[in-house]
Amino acid sequence: MTEGLSDRARLIILATGGALLLAAALGFVLVSGHGDRPEHVSPRSADATGGDLLVVSDRTLTTVSSADQSAPRSVHGVECVRSYAAGDTAVCLRPKNAWTHSLVTMTGDLNDVHEYKLPGVPSRARVSDSGRMISWTTFVGGDSYTSSGMSTRTGVIDTKTGAYLPSIEEFSVTLEGAPYRAADVNYWGVSFADDDNIFYATLATRGERYLVRGDFAARQVETLATNVECPSIAPDGSRLAFKQAVDNDPLKGWRIAVLDLASMEVDVLAEDRSIDDQPVWLDAKTVGYTYRAPDGVPSVWEVPADGTGTPVKVADNAESPAPLT
Amino acid sequence: MYLTTVTKPKNTDRVRGRVAGNVVALGAVSLITDISSEMVAAILPVFLFLNLQLSPAAFGAIDGIYTGATALLRLAGGYIADRTQKRKLVAGIGYGLSALMKPALLLAGRSAALIGIVIAVDRAGKGLRTAPRDALITLSTAPEKLGRAFGVHRAMDSTGAFLGPLVAMAVLALTSDSFDAVFVTSFCIALFGVLVLVLFVRDHREPLEDAPRVDFSQVGTMVRTPAVARLLLASCILGLVTIGDGFVYLILQGREDLSIAWFPLLSVGTMAVYMLLAVPLGTLGDRIGLRTVLVGGYVALGLVYLLLVLPIHGVLSLALSVVLYGCFYAATNGVLIALAGPVIPAGLRTTGIALIQTGQALAYLVSSVAFGVAWGIWGPEAAVKVSIAAVVVGIAASWFLLRRTDERVDS
Repeated sequence: MTEGLSDRARLIILATGGALLLAAALGFVLVSGHGDRPEHVSPRSADATGGDLLVVSDRTLTTVSSADQSAPRSVHGVECVRSYAAGDTAVCLRPKNAWTHSLVTMTGDLNDVHEYKLPGVPSRARVSDSGRMISWTTFVGGDSYTSSGMSTRTGVIDTKTGAYLPSIEEFSVTLEGAPYRAADVNYWGVSFADDDNIFYATLATRGERYLVRGDFAARQVETLATNVECPSIAPDGSRLAFKQAVDNDPLKGWRIAVLDLASMEVDVLAEDRSIDDQPVWLDAKTVGYTYRAPDGVPSVWEVPADGTGTPVKVADNAESPAPLT
Repeated sequence: MYLTTVTKPKNTDRVRGRVAGNVVALGAVSLITDISSEMVAAILPVFLFLNLQLSPAAFGAIDGIYTGATALLRLAGGYIADRTQKRKLVAGIGYGLSALMKPALLLAGRSAALIGIVIAVDRAGKGLRTAPRDALITLSTAPEKLGRAFGVHRAMDSTGAFLGPLVAMAVLALTSDSFDAVFVTSFCIALFGVLVLVLFVRDHREPLEDAPRVDFSQVGTMVRTPAVARLLLASCILGLVTIGDGFVYLILQGREDLSIAWFPLLSVGTMAVYMLLAVPLGTLGDRIGLRTVLVGGYVALGLVYLLLVLPIHGVLSLALSVVLYGCFYAATNGVLIALAGPVIPAGLRTTGIALIQTGQALAYLVSSVAFGVAWGIWGPEAAVKVSIAAVVVGIAASWFLLRRTDERVDS
């Protein structure tokens, strides 16, 4: 179709087309440049009066009241994409630039203590109830069979000893009773028990996802059940809230459920939308979680932990909830 | 003009000369397209996981969708290109499909299913265009200059791959992290690539005039030709002895206790060496024989694997690994197709090249899974030792299988 064109005509078409495309791209870049990302001018504040729930809202740490959504929010001027707080320790996973993220440990009044480089893209963060143990999960590339596959990296920080473990993948694994070793083991979603040593997490290998109980000091984990992801241990230590893939197929979405550790029985909670988040215990009877609407805007919800009742929204435009006690 | 050098096949000793204009045009299209696709590839994980909060399991499923489909489509595309002798058109559809998927990724919103479809179509476009493009390179170049021609093409191609992430970084910096702007820019660059293809790449349909229309029986006859069968077998064997970048980088990182921030530099370094050596090694292949350079590339690969298990550590061994790994890519990626070109009948060039690329890719997939299993059972070190043995066998087998192929190219 272009055979009849002279070289000169070709060059003119190329130059014109190139100029138009360049103008289009530059125009879009310049328009997007007048950024939507808010500048965080509000001062860092520890004032949590009237609030009992720490959330991330517009990438900013914010305290809200879960009882009264109309109550004024305390915006803390700290940028985080994921956070958690417990027992006078807060943790914030923060973008350094478009490519790298860091984990910042903070005191209860949100003063920075330590900054750690994070591999990959933030996914989960947790602090043990005592405030001593911190765990994080990120998505990293290149650790799995196909070069384009993604994998996760999960690490732990012991704020008491200052020990930083960049990955728990070195722990020895007992899978369904037998020692197990594989290149494709991935962990995510850690939750520490009261003793700051026993923890629960998700282990994925060969396409199956397991609930594991880990012993941090002994550096070992054992599997307890399948299709249990992102566990969150209840205040009394007897139950785990978690997300469960519908029909064991993550493409069909997730339901929030509670597992009784003594009987290993599962109660699916009254939330019937797909929830892809590590749930959190707001109190002994209530589980909270982030629901992401189809348009991408997150909100925090709560639902009774026994499978009864209906979900209730507790915070608009908020994610990554952590109850403040 | 762009159809310059096709006509000087005599000068076997002096392989310098200029590379065909068509090869340079195809290289330019690849360079531009790779900027576009690599800028999206660089931000896709961040986009999917952070912005869309997709889980790794959903990503894995998306990733799995296209693996088999791409291979089949590559073969179908190759056959159609040969049957119609419209290689440029088939390649153009491939480039166009991938370009259109950049804005489509934005429109797909947060639906994992839609994103899966968009990524699948994008990879399908890549599957569709690769074989016709390589066939056009072989058809535009005299056999004794193929090494250099593919060297030039692959060097331009990897330059684009190199620039892509940098362009993405620049766009993100200018727009305070607007992913939309990256997709739109990538789309504009991809369209420019298609424009260059349409305007400056010349199709080769000569065989249509003096040869009977291509059909399946001819493909069967071709595959049964001893030279083609040996080539196919050799490329599958060579695919089987390669264990995959992810594993190599992972073991290197673990051995040297490399900080995760340096991890991406391993592949960047490898790509840089590949980019620099593609032309010299291709030209060397034209002089001393493409088979020698190809097999030499696998010797470099064997040495990389050896360095993974030898008790030598430190920056020097790391740098040596990266250089050897880059050599491996520069000595094998285009060289295998350059070697294959003249063996496959001109009218079936695209189908033949698609067969070789698909055979090698599937073998590579098998070896990657097998290596993962071996790692699980025996641990990384023993698994690498098995791979070293496999590379040695692969080198011997391909040296033997390709001996006549090379004579034919050289004489």
